[in-house]
Amino acid sequence: MTDLKAKAKEIRKLIFKTICNAGGGHLPTCLSMTDLLAVLYYEVLHIDPKNPKAPDRDRFILSKGHGGVALYAILADKGFFDMKHLATHGKKGTILGGHPDMHKVPGIEASTGALGHGLSFGVGTALAAKTDATSSRTFVVIGDGECQEGSIWEAALFAAQAKLDNLTVIVDHNKLQAMGKLDEIVGLESLAAKWKAFGWRVTEIDGHDLDRIREAFRNLPLEKEKPNCIIAHTIKGKGISFMENVPIWHYRQPKSEEMQLACDELGLQLIEGVVT
Amino acid sequence: MRNAYLSALHDLAKSNKNILALISDNGAIVYDKFRADFPGQYTNCGISEANMVGMAAGLASSGKIPFAYTISNFLVYRAYEQIRNDVCLQNMNVKLVGIGVGFVYSSLGPTHHGTEDIAVMRCLPHLTIFSPADPLETKKVTLAAAAINGPVYIRLATGGTPAVYEKDYDFSVGKAVEIMPGKDVAIFSTGSSVHEVLLAVKELKKEGISARLVNFHTIKPIDREMIVKAARETGRILVVEEQNINGGLAGAISEILLEEGWGKVKFCRMGLKDVFAKGYGTYDDLKELNGLSKAHIVAAVQAMVRS
Repeated sequence: MTDLKAKAKEIRKLIFKTICNAGGGHLPTCLSMTDLLAVLYYEVLHIDPKNPKAPDRDRFILSKGHGGVALYAILADKGFFDMKHLATHGKKGTILGGHPDMHKVPGIEASTGALGHGLSFGVGTALAAKTDATSSRTFVVIGDGECQEGSIWEAALFAAQAKLDNLTVIVDHNKLQAMGKLDEIVGLESLAAKWKAFGWRVTEIDGHDLDRIREAFRNLPLEKEKPNCIIAHTIKGKGISFMENVPIWHYRQPKSEEMQLACDELGLQLIEGVVT
Repeated sequence: MRNAYLSALHDLAKSNKNILALISDNGAIVYDKFRADFPGQYTNCGISEANMVGMAAGLASSGKIPFAYTISNFLVYRAYEQIRNDVCLQNMNVKLVGIGVGFVYSSLGPTHHGTEDIAVMRCLPHLTIFSPADPLETKKVTLAAAAINGPVYIRLATGGTPAVYEKDYDFSVGKAVEIMPGKDVAIFSTGSSVHEVLLAVKELKKEGISARLVNFHTIKPIDREMIVKAARETGRILVVEEQNINGGLAGAISEILLEEGWGKVKFCRMGLKDVFAKGYGTYDDLKELNGLSKAHIVAAVQAMVRS
């Protein structure tokens, strides 16, 4: 079995390198879901980098598309495309834009970026799998702030009605949105009670505890004929101490001194302004 | 049109189990036969158009061919970002079917009048737009939509649309149909307005005015050749549509005329003059109240020809 802790650390390094050296991006949103994505991609999803369009594959949809760099790092590491693409992120001629494009990037199932779209798309792939009686499962990562979008709840209602127990939504519940704390903008508590009331089977986990994440995915479906909701309590910016839980980092890119600090924490080197 | 659409969809579903009918709690009993015959290919998504369209994109990504149907306004305006991003940007094999375009839902008022859908839909890449004039053409565009591997929007009037075509004809995607020949003026129209224009053209003929009637059953891609031919041969073009004159069929026609060097052709737009449709009553009442009745069209043509 992969040493997942080491793997998650390696992915955080790749994310940091990609964002600092290449096209920029939303570091903290990538870091809050890194552990979740690591468990999914290295232990849960039935996918084949050599055959990324296999009909019965599991589907992973990153509805919070602004965290695309985290997904790029993992897809590159898994061999969906060459690692060298990461250095081109956001630059002229790249396949890796600020938000993922299903027609450009192998392994990307949906072109996301506008919030509130990915869950409906995932309801569609899960419904197709049910209709065709295939083993394909669908996993959708949404942000907690994204739950302020009405379309999320339209999709949630329908998924429960259609008894899509092959669908799992993972809420990256880092309690922050672009402009500040959720509960000071448009609060969502109790988030678990809301999903439960919409007909989903809900479990809450520490989104950085790899064993707890593993356990949640091992027990799917949590209940027969109900869609699954995993509310993962996470820390926005996890792994870079001065970014953790600080809202402004949603937009800011680190300056050289800050890059040095982050490199020290992540085990990277900063040589002439380049993270290596 | 509605029954013709459903009949065609029924035939398609029978021969291909991947054809799905999605509805957003609209259609009442008209879907009963489809639901009875193909229960596994029918889903009522509830009153949630955004989810229906997003879900349709997901279904299409897994090889399904969903026909997502509801009142055009709720489909086009409510779910516009889903149509743009999930269907068109991702180039998904989704068919969007809007019922009640123009002001066929006369007495229901402007919330139900589809009077800007051409403008907002024709600017979307990858999207083919069909706007049939009668039941026969509705069947043809529905079958054509299924044969296209990509996004299609079909804009339908409603039940009870009279026939425009007296006999069968060769349908081709993107090729407008000259329904009546004429040399004095060319009248371009689409959807259920075509029938009203046809009545006007017959009236004009009695007065010795030879008006050509061209039906644009495909709004996108638009038939460039037909537009240029009419400009060259008649020198006068009138566009009649139950749309805001800004951006609709007239917008599409005028773009081509300018680009092809026919900017000096006599050109008039008949539609809603940047207002919402006014009044209640029958469909005919609405046409009368909003300046799109046979008499209005006849008067507009007379003015064009005499000037």
